[in-house]
Amino acid sequence: MALIDLKKKEIYCKIVYYGPGRSGKTTNLLYIYNALPDKFKGKLLTIETKGERTLFFDLLPLSLGKIKDLDIRLQLYTVPGQALYKPARKIVLKGADGVVFVADSLRIRREKNKESLADLREHLLEWQMDIHEIPLVFQYNKRDLEKMGIPILSIEELQEDLNKDLKAPYFEAVAPKGIGVFETLKTISKMSVRYIAQKYLK
Amino acid sequence: MGVLILTPEKVARLEKLLHDYLIAIGVNLALLIDEAGNILVSVGQNEEVDVTSLAALAAANFGATNQIAKLLGEDDFSILYHKGKKDNIHLSKIGEDVILVTVFTDEVPLGLVRLKASQVAKEIQAL
Ligand SMILES: Nc1nc2c(ncn2[C@@H]2O[C@H](COP(=O)(O)OP(=O)(O)OP(=O)(O)O)[C@@H](O)[C@H]2O)c(=O)[nH]1
Ligand SMILES: [Mg+2]
Repeated sequence: MALIDLKKKEIYCKIVYYGPGRSGKTTNLLYIYNALPDKFKGKLLTIETKGERTLFFDLLPLSLGKIKDLDIRLQLYTVPGQALYKPARKIVLKGADGVVFVADSLRIRREKNKESLADLREHLLEWQMDIHEIPLVFQYNKRDLEKMGIPILSIEELQEDLNKDLKAPYFEAVAPKGIGVFETLKTISKMSVRYIAQKYLK
Repeated sequence: MGVLILTPEKVARLEKLLHDYLIAIGVNLALLIDEAGNILVSVGQNEEVDVTSLAALAAANFGATNQIAKLLGEDDFSILYHKGKKDNIHLSKIGEDVILVTVFTDEVPLGLVRLKASQVAKEIQAL
């Protein structure tokens, strides 16, 4: 649920990074956190296990840009990708205004990507949201692995598997190096804010 | 997907209610948050507390506890309370989508917080 505070002149927008375990969701937030100067960002909150896997969620609050005379406040969340944490994913997704699906380009993760997208579809429906309606961007991450001789999926294959009927924007990425990270963020935040504004700020 | 629009008048009314019912009895911090973890209003002293994180965690805590309730066959738990050495936190649901968070020390009796929280909830729902 988006929030528009006309007293503080702020619009709050919740963006959730979704995808299978180890696809690079937390890495996206870490890169953004490290790249931005303090005035644009709040505290990075992480709830993780000892092995650095997300246990519940990460949260990074950002303050970027304006629409009309409202300051845009983005709340970036990640879900825990491991199959086990399905209930936590449902909770984090509640009230999302936009979703980034971070897919793993590793060929051996092909089925995991598809399962995770099906899981997203299902949870959105549980919150009465339609995957075709909510702003959505795909990020095909770990494109660097090809150079290391590790078999990865081609963009055509990823598009065919995940984005064939959704036809959402997509970006290739190498999250630890920041490649594709801000492109993804810019696109999803524009789409989400515009989506909220169209409906509620006439 | 819904959007909540807070007008300055509404914010002022909510702040006054939280003041009159909760800050008046000695509660240090009172927040209204939605279930996405957004802060609707916050009153009281909060320089030391990172309220953004607090709101996100409180909403997640509530969400997790509701899932536990379902596993146990309960509808949901509408009140959560955590006791610390110094600070206590009380979370209660207002209607479908809003959670009232209060932080207070042992000097304020829990029973009084409960009572005032349920009274203010009725007033807020009436708005
Ligand atoms: N080579 C390479 N490694 C990456 C890339 N993106 C992430 N990684 C690595 O993959 C591992 C997992 O990344 P995380 O960001 O923790 O994955 P996650 O999606 O948050 O995983 P969960 O929290 O379990 O859902 C880390 O060791 C990252 O450094 C990439 O583009 N290329
Ligand atoms: Mg993670």
